[in-house]
Amino acid sequence: MAETSLPKVQMPASSSPGDKAAPLLIEAQGLSLFYGTAQALKNVSLNIGEKVVTAFIGPSGCGKSTLLRCFNRMNDLIGNVRTEGTIRIGGQDINSPEVDVIELRKRVGMVFQKSNPFPKSIYENVAYGLRLQGASKKSELDGVIEGSLRQAALWDEVKDRLSASGLSLSGGQQQRLCIARAIAIQPEIILMDEPASALDPLATARIEELILELKKDFTIVIVTHNMQQAARISDFTAFFYLGDLIEYGSTSKVFTSPAKKQTEDYVTGRFG
Amino acid sequence: MQTHFEKELAGLKEKLLTMASHAEMAVKNAVEAYLTRDYELAQRVRENDAVLDRFEIEIDEMSIQLLAKAPLASDLRLIAAAMKLSQNLERVGDEAAKISNRARDLSQEPPLKLGADIPKMASLALAMLKGALDAFVNHDSVAARAIIPQDKEVDALNKSIHAELAKHMVESPDAITRCLNLMVIAKRLERIADHATNVAEEVVYLCEAQDIRHAAALAQEPGSAEAS
Repeated sequence: MAETSLPKVQMPASSSPGDKAAPLLIEAQGLSLFYGTAQALKNVSLNIGEKVVTAFIGPSGCGKSTLLRCFNRMNDLIGNVRTEGTIRIGGQDINSPEVDVIELRKRVGMVFQKSNPFPKSIYENVAYGLRLQGASKKSELDGVIEGSLRQAALWDEVKDRLSASGLSLSGGQQQRLCIARAIAIQPEIILMDEPASALDPLATARIEELILELKKDFTIVIVTHNMQQAARISDFTAFFYLGDLIEYGSTSKVFTSPAKKQTEDYVTGRFG
Repeated sequence: MQTHFEKELAGLKEKLLTMASHAEMAVKNAVEAYLTRDYELAQRVRENDAVLDRFEIEIDEMSIQLLAKAPLASDLRLIAAAMKLSQNLERVGDEAAKISNRARDLSQEPPLKLGADIPKMASLALAMLKGALDAFVNHDSVAARAIIPQDKEVDALNKSIHAELAKHMVESPDAITRCLNLMVIAKRLERIADHATNVAEEVVYLCEAQDIRHAAALAQEPGSAEAS
């Protein structure tokens, strides 16, 4: 199968005639990543536009979560990891020595598969990042916390019990609390690693609605195993296989008429 | 190993092919009934139309059930195409029934030496339908694309038959009813060719994921599209 030669940089095409491609925010160029001797990403180049939802899909072990973690340097926390190539966010090389990783992670928030609220009150969960940044005035915090909880579509459900533990919320509410915590510090980008995979369909639907609302203000990159979810919420989809970026384009194109046979086989469930 | 979903998809395709062969046979028999003035055959075509109606409903039901399983890519296109194909085939059946109605009436009247091009038109329309359905079976978008321009030839024949019959109606008012019956047959054949064109366009979509419907009209400025 002659499908190994990929364009050097894959750009998302506009999703429909008349749409303009969003201005670029993330630019990955020739990115390779090794866990010891095992190569998890192979010369991946792709650009992600501003205020769009981009879905990464592919079978387990294809490198999609690894790439996601490259965008806020979460892989730095894993030993024996080596990367090649560059990632620019807003034009800045995020791996250059002068980049403060803490500052980077303020710009690039993350929501994980399993909701992970701190064992603190709902209020303190959202306030956590702001306090780290030095905010302490209750009047200032109150406004941001309400705004973040509203943006995360959680305010109406928790406004009367802000001092209750974050852990007392349901799974779907906990995940929205984590989203509120992520957006409280106003990142540019929110990375989501299978954010709804542990939730029931109703809670999943709320997260999906939320993502569609959040893209007005944030750039969202989501890893998902749920192709219907990717089809519902993303503007662009990238398909990975064994560390290679196989196909990247508008979601409607990838899910109705993929250009590569490997993508076709994967999205129709005939892989391997 | 074929998955359950693949088996269901194969079942849908098989039902569509059975429906297609019924539709093709209905047109063949309707034309035959007209050409041979066979009242009984014309009657049978009319009665068999209900078979195609049932197929349309069954294919829609199967398609809806398959869509509920959230298919993607070529599977999704096949199901979308199946729903449109079955609708076109059901209408082909309706056209065959209408031809049969007129063939039945004409068989009870003295023959008219007019509409000499109707057999040619019928064989063209039938060839288009068969070609479009073969293209579907063979997943052959090149063959499907080759069918589409033939529709113009059928349209031209319909126009010339219409003109010939209109002229004769002015000259021989006693033949008006028979001429109108022939006009209807020509018009129905022209519609069958249109449905064959629709099927061919769906085959192109199925194979290439490219929507070529109304391409010429959409390329023009609004308001300048050809009136049908």
